[in-house]
Amino acid sequence: MLSRVAESICWMNRYIERAENYARFIEVDFNLAMDLPPGTIEEQWRPLVLTTGDEALFQQLYGAFTKDNVIRFLAFEKDNPNSICSCLSAARENARTVREIISSEMWLQINEMYLSIRPMVEKQNNSEKFLMEFFRDIKEGSHLFSGIMNATFSRNEGWHFGNMGRFMERADKTDRILDMKYYYLLPNVDYVGTPLDLLQWSALLKSASGFEMYRQTFGKLEVANIVRFLILDRNFPRAVRHCLIEAEQSLCAITGGQTGAFKTRAEKDMGKLRSELDYTDVKDIFEIGLHEYLDQFQTKLNNVGFSVAETFFTDAVV
Amino acid sequence: MKANMTLPAAWNVLDKYSMDDFYDEMIEPNGQIRPCYEHLTNRMSGLGFQEVVGRQHAADRAFISMGITFNVYRDGEGLEKIFPFDIIPRIIPVQEWEQIERGLKQRITALNLFLQDIYGPQKILKDGVIPSEIIFSSSGYLKQCEGLMPAHHIWAHISGIDLIKHSDGINYVLEDNLRVPSGVSYVLGNREIMKRTFPEIFERMDVRPVTDYPLRLLEMLEHLSTREKPTVVVLTPGIYNSAYFEHSFLAQQMGVELVEGRDLIVQDGFVYMRTTQGLKRVDVIYRRVDDTYLDPHHFNPASVLGVPGIFDVYRRGNVALANAPGTGVADDKVIYAFVPKMIKYYLDEDPILPNVPTYLCWDSKDREYVLENIGKMVVKAANQSGGYGMLIGTQATKKEKAAFKAKIRKFPREYIAQPTMALSRVPTIIDNHIKGRHVDLRPYVLYGKDIYVMPGGLTRVALRQGSLVVNSSQGGGSKDTWVLR
Repeated sequence: MLSRVAESICWMNRYIERAENYARFIEVDFNLAMDLPPGTIEEQWRPLVLTTGDEALFQQLYGAFTKDNVIRFLAFEKDNPNSICSCLSAARENARTVREIISSEMWLQINEMYLSIRPMVEKQNNSEKFLMEFFRDIKEGSHLFSGIMNATFSRNEGWHFGNMGRFMERADKTDRILDMKYYYLLPNVDYVGTPLDLLQWSALLKSASGFEMYRQTFGKLEVANIVRFLILDRNFPRAVRHCLIEAEQSLCAITGGQTGAFKTRAEKDMGKLRSELDYTDVKDIFEIGLHEYLDQFQTKLNNVGFSVAETFFTDAVV
Repeated sequence: MKANMTLPAAWNVLDKYSMDDFYDEMIEPNGQIRPCYEHLTNRMSGLGFQEVVGRQHAADRAFISMGITFNVYRDGEGLEKIFPFDIIPRIIPVQEWEQIERGLKQRITALNLFLQDIYGPQKILKDGVIPSEIIFSSSGYLKQCEGLMPAHHIWAHISGIDLIKHSDGINYVLEDNLRVPSGVSYVLGNREIMKRTFPEIFERMDVRPVTDYPLRLLEMLEHLSTREKPTVVVLTPGIYNSAYFEHSFLAQQMGVELVEGRDLIVQDGFVYMRTTQGLKRVDVIYRRVDDTYLDPHHFNPASVLGVPGIFDVYRRGNVALANAPGTGVADDKVIYAFVPKMIKYYLDEDPILPNVPTYLCWDSKDREYVLENIGKMVVKAANQSGGYGMLIGTQATKKEKAAFKAKIRKFPREYIAQPTMALSRVPTIIDNHIKGRHVDLRPYVLYGKDIYVMPGGLTRVALRQGSLVVNSSQGGGSKDTWVLR
């Protein structure tokens, strides 16, 4: 398979997954606003931008962390390459270059998603109802896309590059959703472990679609268990560890290798990071500090991304 | 339409059909349906006009869902548009087709001998048949190709020769398109849709198939390499090219990779493509990128569409390019005027398909004639295609004519002029009525082990009333073309 084609399929999936997760980020705030009794604490929109790592660009374009600015920046801003609109447009451009490789149904879904949000961008308003529907559509559109891909695309090299891209992106975004808690301020330190604190945690869980699955596994809401669930769970499809297992399996299918051994830099770095998660417990995480741990993980995952690019996409050797 | 004609009863939609003294492909001057159309019109009248119109709408929808599109760029935003399609086919009777086919083979043979000669001994110039200055002033002439001999001595592997039929009923060659002619994907798409639209008609009529074109194209391309199982690719400028759909379609139909310039790399005297498993050698490139964009080292240094160093590999014979770089000189519209002389010179034959009479503004006598008669003529830029850089004297304003006159005086080598030809017409469904619309024909010719002419080709139709311009960029559509056995 051409490197460019593999890369396009990979990024097409990453962009769709990214758009979905940006919708999830914003939902955290919506969930919080609805769960908290009015007047408990001021709405906080700054954590959303800090989480995405695009704070500098935001400051340059908008300045103040108001609700309108933050939503506009994350959802509709053309000059933000990671906004939902930019992601869908990039996903479509990637899909266009591989139309002869992917199934026509996949192309149709991406094209329809892209076309359907354009009128919404024009008539955008910040009414809660409009936005909730918009973010639900984005999430559903993304789910539909991955469903269509799984139902219509042969499990060939192309599919595995797409699947690997999707799960690497998801691992990064679940990590960031969890990291939002670091930026959410409590009125003071005495609030740690109080219902307000737990409400913030459960808003994160809901945004990761993990609320019910968490309940089935652990029952009561406890910080350590929420962290354990979203990072270390093997089976929950948005948990970081699950994502890494999936991504590594696709990588092995591409190279013909096996987990536990490596021939390429991509396999080495991916395998290392996945096994690190296999042999980590929640105590280790809190020893390093949750925010520090999440931050380090993002850096390591980025490195895996570079290794994959170097191994398959850029100058391949004879 | 005259009163004495006999038409099938239900086909009374033709009652008000007016032929306006043009050659009509379906109806004879006396109002009779031509024999090659008899079966079709009988069938269509059996279906009833409402049903026919309904099937037209169904065909339009099928094009959209199949994604057979071309790109138009406006305001920096790309739009994918459907090439309008009309379901009444253009039918060519077998005797007429056989003559066209012989004529095209003759023409391509001569053009190819010309290319061999012009980049080799240049005998035709030394013998004074074509003035040297015309060749060396052509932007399509590439000095870098002098002394080169492509595999099997073939230069123009794929060509699309535009034909028109004048009111005298004779097919004339309007243009030779030897530089990556496009449109063949529409021929295949049109046929696919027509089979769905009129299955009952197709079953009963002996229409020569076109669907084997991608296979023949692949065979021709593989023939250009000496390796046992050569790797063939299609090179596209990318998704922003107006013919991107066709590039992707042909690659898919041939089962080969569709590559962009950045997918290819030159190393140790060979061309490779970057794959996820490392570099893979490429032997034959069907390139849909213009000559001057192919290699920034040798041609346009600003090109990002090409592959640095690829021309050196080509020169060493380590990769084949179709069509060969330098071929464009032969579809310069000034050089086109000399093709009948080439046929005589190289083959000692008379041309089977005549040229449209052509005035070369480069020649002072011709130029004076063109400037005086510009209102009656079609003026074309020698090196542009797609209906761009063109003036139709009969429809131009005073200002436009004056502007063209000035350009002709300033750059006489760059312009030619032809009398306005009365393109033949085919009945066409326009707003639920049948109206006569002008057509041309672009048959595709492959030159490999032997010369293959695709039976039929692309019939383009000018959908605007009275319009003679059939290009898709100028409001043209297309029809399926049937060659009957």
